[in-house]
Amino acid sequence: MLPDDKTLTEQGLAPEGRGRMLLIACGALAREILALKALNNWDYMDLTCLPANLHLYPERITEAVENGVLKHRAAYQNIFVVYADCGTGGLLQAKCAELGVEMVAGPHCYSFFEGNEAFAELDDEITAFYLTDFLVKQFDAFVWKPMGLHKHPELRDMIFGNYTKLVYQAQTLDPALKAKAKNCAERLGLAFEYRFTGYGDLATTLKAQSKKPD
Amino acid sequence: MSDEDQDIILADLDDDELVQQMFDDLYDGLKEEIEEGVNILLSRDWPPYRVLTEALVGGMTIVGQDFRDGILFVPEVLLAANAMKGGMAILKPLLAETGAPRVGGMVIGTVKGDIHDIGKNLVGMMMEGAGFEVADIGINNSVESYLAAIEEHKPEILGMSALLTTTMPYMKVVIDTMIEQGIRDDYIILVGGAPLNEEFGKAIGADAYCRDAAVAVETAKEHVARKHNKAAAG
Ligand code: B12
Repeated sequence: MLPDDKTLTEQGLAPEGRGRMLLIACGALAREILALKALNNWDYMDLTCLPANLHLYPERITEAVENGVLKHRAAYQNIFVVYADCGTGGLLQAKCAELGVEMVAGPHCYSFFEGNEAFAELDDEITAFYLTDFLVKQFDAFVWKPMGLHKHPELRDMIFGNYTKLVYQAQTLDPALKAKAKNCAERLGLAFEYRFTGYGDLATTLKAQSKKPD
Repeated sequence: MSDEDQDIILADLDDDELVQQMFDDLYDGLKEEIEEGVNILLSRDWPPYRVLTEALVGGMTIVGQDFRDGILFVPEVLLAANAMKGGMAILKPLLAETGAPRVGGMVIGTVKGDIHDIGKNLVGMMMEGAGFEVADIGINNSVESYLAAIEEHKPEILGMSALLTTTMPYMKVVIDTMIEQGIRDDYIILVGGAPLNEEFGKAIGADAYCRDAAVAVETAKEHVARKHNKAAAG
């Protein structure tokens, strides 16, 4: 059973302890990974998540992933890290190489949901602020509160003054989420753009992993 | 804020107590209180430069340390910076009049593709607090815009900021262009931003990577002093 978003944000998710391959992922990707797993019958993939709020403290990600790999590696044949660089400045990639595990390519989830290649070509979008399904649901916990806007609304323009639009990169078709994303844009004073991305490179990457020989 | 704090009358405090109180007020991002404190110290014949360094920079250094240690996060830093800005607005014209020491000049900006600017603004402000003349050229800067700015302001230091893994490599593009044009060694190049590290700074040929504003100020002072010594010796 998947815990609620608050638990995924603050605590993460423990593995079930079944399967030969373990995915160590960001809590913000739990739902998407489990959806792909169910869709493709990847029963041999187990999932553990680190708390999604590490996103705000990227300097802590590399060590947290390393600890996860060391803790679980004896129990699985194969471990795959479902993080992109996420602001570790190449340190996560270097650590994964050292540990002999692979990870998702690209700078961050906004890029791999869009597709890394397509995202790199979007150079007219520099004033866009992206939200994924998870971030729309957790907007208050991930954006509004950490940026202090619940207490100091006057900070909004210091933080978002350089931005022009909010792009909701939708992984699923969900009218309620779309409405909420639109509302987030209004709260930030940004124009709203809806873009259905589906699972993007997350799907192709996991598929490639699933085809690895045992 | 507790009731106790609200009852404090800044003008009744002696200098030491007032500076301590200003540290607290800066930490809490209380702009009006900081402005009042600055005015009181000035009325007690503190030179503007002393108010700036002892009360404002001193207080902001604590904020910077607690951000680095994960005790404060982005909004607290922004509020504190805002409060400091209020104090600096009072001091700036006076500093110019009283001939406060000018340590050097700096052009600072965030690189192309990146519009994160909180850290860059903080560094600019602390450099100013330390006596540097700072030209902040904002966000999303191309090579051309950096080059035009150093041509215009002729600073000792060029500072570049990047918060995205995808934009940090652009710093090397700027440095390489400066090398091509034979002007690289005319400037001290400092780089910073959360995803950078020492190794990256070396790899792209910067003079130094600075992990926070306090380190930036120290590093800048050292390098400027070294540059002046060299010039004097040569
Ligand atoms: C606040 C923030 C934002 C704010 C920016 C507001 C603003 N006006 O700048 C908002 C919410 C708008 C935002 C937007 C985005 N962000 Co952002 N953001 C952050 C966050 C949480 C903190 C950055 C910050 O301001 N820190 C506070 C300051 C004081 O610290 P600092 O910047 O590190 O600066 C200090 C030092 O680094 C140094 N320093 C900095 N610059 C310089 C320069 C010189 C010359 C020197 C000497 C020193 C120096 O001194 C400073 C003071 O001590 C970071 C995560 C993190 N903890 O770093 C993510 C982070 C940087 N963002 C990230 C991303 C992905 C984005 C977005 C793409 C997200 C989105 N949803 O669209 C957009 C970017 C759009 C764009 N084109 O730029 C990622 C980057 C991932 C990656 N692979 O690169 C991070 C790492 C979060 C994450 N883990 O995903 N972001």
